[in-house]
Amino acid sequence: MNIYVLVKRTFDTEERIVVSGGKIQEDGAEFIINPYDEYAIEEAIQVRDAHGGEVTVLTMGGEEAEKQLRTALAMGADKAVLINVEDDIDELDQFTSAQILADYLKDKNPDLILAGNVAIDGGSGQVGPRVADLLDINYVTTITKLEINGTQVSIVRDVEGDSEVIETSLPLLVTAQQGLNEPRYPSLPGIMKAKKKPLDEVELDDLDIDEDDVVAKTETIDIYLPPKKEAGRVLEGDISAQVTELVQLLRTEAKVI
Amino acid sequence: MTKKVIVLGEAREGVLRNVSFEAIAAAKKISGGGEVVAILLGDSVQALGNEMIHYGADRVVTVEHPHLKTYTSDGYSQAFMAVVENEKPDAVVFGHTALGKDLSPKVASKLQSGLISDVTDIEGEGDGAVFIRPIFSGKAFEKVKIKEGIVFVTVRPNNIEPLAHDESRSGDVSSVSVDITNLRTIIKEVVRKSTEGVDLSEAKVIVAGGRGVKSEDGFEPLKELADLLGGAVGASRGACDADYCDYSLQIGQTGKVVTPDLYIAAGISGAIQHLAGMSNSKIIVAINKDPEANIFKVADYGIVGDLFEVIPMLTEEFKKMKSN
Repeated sequence: MNIYVLVKRTFDTEERIVVSGGKIQEDGAEFIINPYDEYAIEEAIQVRDAHGGEVTVLTMGGEEAEKQLRTALAMGADKAVLINVEDDIDELDQFTSAQILADYLKDKNPDLILAGNVAIDGGSGQVGPRVADLLDINYVTTITKLEINGTQVSIVRDVEGDSEVIETSLPLLVTAQQGLNEPRYPSLPGIMKAKKKPLDEVELDDLDIDEDDVVAKTETIDIYLPPKKEAGRVLEGDISAQVTELVQLLRTEAKVI
Repeated sequence: MTKKVIVLGEAREGVLRNVSFEAIAAAKKISGGGEVVAILLGDSVQALGNEMIHYGADRVVTVEHPHLKTYTSDGYSQAFMAVVENEKPDAVVFGHTALGKDLSPKVASKLQSGLISDVTDIEGEGDGAVFIRPIFSGKAFEKVKIKEGIVFVTVRPNNIEPLAHDESRSGDVSSVSVDITNLRTIIKEVVRKSTEGVDLSEAKVIVAGGRGVKSEDGFEPLKELADLLGGAVGASRGACDADYCDYSLQIGQTGKVVTPDLYIAAGISGAIQHLAGMSNSKIIVAINKDPEANIFKVADYGIVGDLFEVIPMLTEEFKKMKSN
């Protein structure tokens, strides 16, 4: 089976966000594989181990993203591809990213594409379904279970806390929700092997795409931090008096009840 | 220039969701005085049309088809695109719900348009509209505008105030028939886990538990309080990782981002990744045994104490209040 995983390099979830001049400051920040993409990588490895084939992890970005690709290879992916757009594109949005990824994938005949259901930085959750639409393949988002039998696929999908049981078929794009699996940590032998696995770098010139055709449709004009939440009141007295006071406050001061 | 804006309404079990009315309010702003047309898709939605008009839509177009009874991206995109071809809108608004999140990228791809997802506020109106959305799960916000083409946004439930319900408003509710073919996905079954039917993303009140809840049974008092307040139960990553509850309840940077009117955090320490998911709630109450817990730094009101003592007392106190 020919399996692709769409991966994004993101800030570590533990990072505080620093904004200056309307831009996020990246200096000194730790970067990780988007946590939802880790579920996608893990699932891809399990599908390959059960059905044979090859797992390719694919990302877009600058050279720094090689580190996350190596991590994915150390987890067990077979190949990695970095579409390096750093020199060609100043501003990219979900439209741009999807066009480029889909263009790369269009002659690769993937049977299965996996991605995270959302990236924890931009949080749009658009790129996976957009890529599927551009490739004219079906997609299912926020999956928590995947079973493949020949070309038949049965899926459990999280829908706002409920579960949908779905039948569909390959080729298919799915996006991973938490609970799909437990992503493995790269093992030491895995890390050693990853160094020798192929990591290809592709530039926009290598694709059948003109930068003018992928100009972003949206523009971020400012980034700012939310107003800092002031620490409120810790109530005092015996617990039952505190509880009574709290209900009063919620009713009369906060007016939320 | 005024714009013609299409809003996709969304019903659950035959009742329109609030986010549909919030989307109409957003559409009004974007229209800059232009026309707001609501679209309803389903197997039987004609009767819901007037409600959309009472909340501010000028006109409603429905598509009814047996294949639209349950949502599939193929069925809904075919129906929606057929209406778009007739209406030729300048802008489109969806709710940022499970359905909206799944369908909007596909529609945006077909329209070759940008899409600003998860909008929590709109500044300005008409051509000058600028959209505000959280990034890094609410650790920061960005202001975004559409540079070119159709203005397409999804609005986060519970953030944009709907217009006042006005039963004297009237408008045309028409239906269009669309051929819906080649569905590549079959929904075999829907397993309802959120039995009380209050969805986390739309809940006005959330009672969330962390590691301090200690077990699956430990969530029971939280559920009781949530039910009494018509709210939903949530959880921290710690509680989910410890298997006290399902991951679908997780609130945080991985998990759901919520903005209820009242967030009660019980036995939650307040790791940064949890705070990202809830710190934009209107009022936060923290209950924790540890007076040094981080959660108190974002709480409007805090009680230092054992949640198993405090939560049942709170439930009793609210019951007393309600009976008065």
